[in-house]
Amino acid sequence: MNRVTTIARRELLSYFCLPIAYVAMTVFLLACGFLFWDDFQPGKIAGMRNLFDWMVWLLVSIVPLLSMGLLAQEWATGTIETMMTAPLGETEVVLGKFFGSFFFFLALLIPTLFYVSVLSLFAVPTIDIGPIASGYLGIILVGGLFIAIGLFCSSLTRSQVVAAVATAAVLFLITIVPWWISGTSTSAILTEISNQAVFKRYTDFSRGVIDTGNVVFFVLTTAVFLFLTIKVLESRRWK
Amino acid sequence: MISVRDLTKVYGQTLAVDHISFDVDKGQIVGFLGPNGAGKSTTLKMLTCYLPPTSGGATVNGFDIFHQSEQVRQNLGYLPENVPLYTEMKVGEYLDFRGRLRGLPRIERRKQMDYVLERCWLTKVEHKTIGHLSKGYRQRVGLADALLHNPAVLIMDEPTVGLDPTQIRETRKLIKELGGQHTVILSTHILPEVEASCDRAIVIASGRIVAQGSPEELRASRRLTARVLVECRGPKAEISTVLGRVSGVSNVEILNGQLAEEKNYVTAAIRAKDGYDIREEVARTVIQHGWPLREIRLEHATLEEFFVQVTASQAMARTAAE
Repeated sequence: MNRVTTIARRELLSYFCLPIAYVAMTVFLLACGFLFWDDFQPGKIAGMRNLFDWMVWLLVSIVPLLSMGLLAQEWATGTIETMMTAPLGETEVVLGKFFGSFFFFLALLIPTLFYVSVLSLFAVPTIDIGPIASGYLGIILVGGLFIAIGLFCSSLTRSQVVAAVATAAVLFLITIVPWWISGTSTSAILTEISNQAVFKRYTDFSRGVIDTGNVVFFVLTTAVFLFLTIKVLESRRWK
Repeated sequence: MISVRDLTKVYGQTLAVDHISFDVDKGQIVGFLGPNGAGKSTTLKMLTCYLPPTSGGATVNGFDIFHQSEQVRQNLGYLPENVPLYTEMKVGEYLDFRGRLRGLPRIERRKQMDYVLERCWLTKVEHKTIGHLSKGYRQRVGLADALLHNPAVLIMDEPTVGLDPTQIRETRKLIKELGGQHTVILSTHILPEVEASCDRAIVIASGRIVAQGSPEELRASRRLTARVLVECRGPKAEISTVLGRVSGVSNVEILNGQLAEEKNYVTAAIRAKDGYDIREEVARTVIQHGWPLREIRLEHATLEEFFVQVTASQAMARTAAE
């Protein structure tokens, strides 16, 4: 466990040395600011549904930037060799990488808490904190899944660009495509399938509904991708 | 300390390492010598548990590299080829990170860090970013990392590649000092490196061990005995026959250096029979015949020649087989 924290800590600190992290941060916060504008209008419900719904779109474009280097860079520079010849296992490396990236993502969310306080100042009579809390839970779970997918894609290649594009493609496929289908398709089967994907499950959270099934879905899929990443790292032994 | 038995690695269709076996005693410095692509790095990667062997096995410090990989890695310092490092980190930060990964407790970590920083001449750059350091410094950071936990076994893949001559000399000196306390295996394709710092050389070509022993033994095994070079002015044929009659001389070869040719000087390369020192006798003979003597010196055989011979005979065997 100690080693997991060590790797996570290094990963988190290294984000603050890279320009790409600052770019991602700026874009994310700037976009959140604009989106919040729509929630922060006189006569509207004092909630952040609009912001939360759009945040997923933002994550589809930002998570690939955050996750692309996680393992691809290790392969490219060969640091994976020093890592794996230290006495630690693949699981520890993958978990460390995941949590490092995940904590950076949480740090990215912290400034948005400012909007909550602004809302609570202006809300009449009071702010409804429930949906906001569940919205945050939702976005954290989605962020975790996205980072796990990004980490998996990053483990498959030495090229950060390939990792980023692959991650973006997968995220697009499981988030935006189902949203589009559920909005346009008349086929019951397609709609049902898309309801099982990320977007629909996530909007439940932003509506204020915490469904155990949804929580389990996100935690499990995250775990599956982390497991696959561990297997990819181990696969060098089978070749 | 290290015992390798029938270690084999196959990548897809290519046989990279072919049933190699050798032993390394405690405190020895062993040079792994071979041309590029001979299987040196692959062997080292298997010893460091980065790659599993296809068949065969090895023990490091008594632990099996396949079944007790964690214990092996605990006792092992590894400097990979090209020294991969996290370039955005500072030297001190990096070593601290590596110390944590190895589970060194805080006080121990600080102590070891100070030791390796001094040992690898890095104290001045402790607070510098690795990415801003020169190749030589990076190499030392890698070495410092490998030494951090005071491992029993130190494995270095081409430790002097890309360094300037002064740095090469310093690194070799450091390696030499490390022998005794640590068991060291280093790979190289540069021969003087083995002669300068190793107790024993293992020559590997196309995945097989073609020779092993101390640098002296290797030279002897190919009967590359020392020869005496004599440079004097006189008739070529006569010099050759007269010197050939000197007692203890086994054969005389006339070398024609261009410069010597201009001034009628002849260089004769004389090989002595085992156990003879023919220099005095040769000098006396030359003077007696009145040939002006310009130079006489003993030339030691180099591993270079040995290496060329070994790899050439390998290549010949291969073409013959085809």
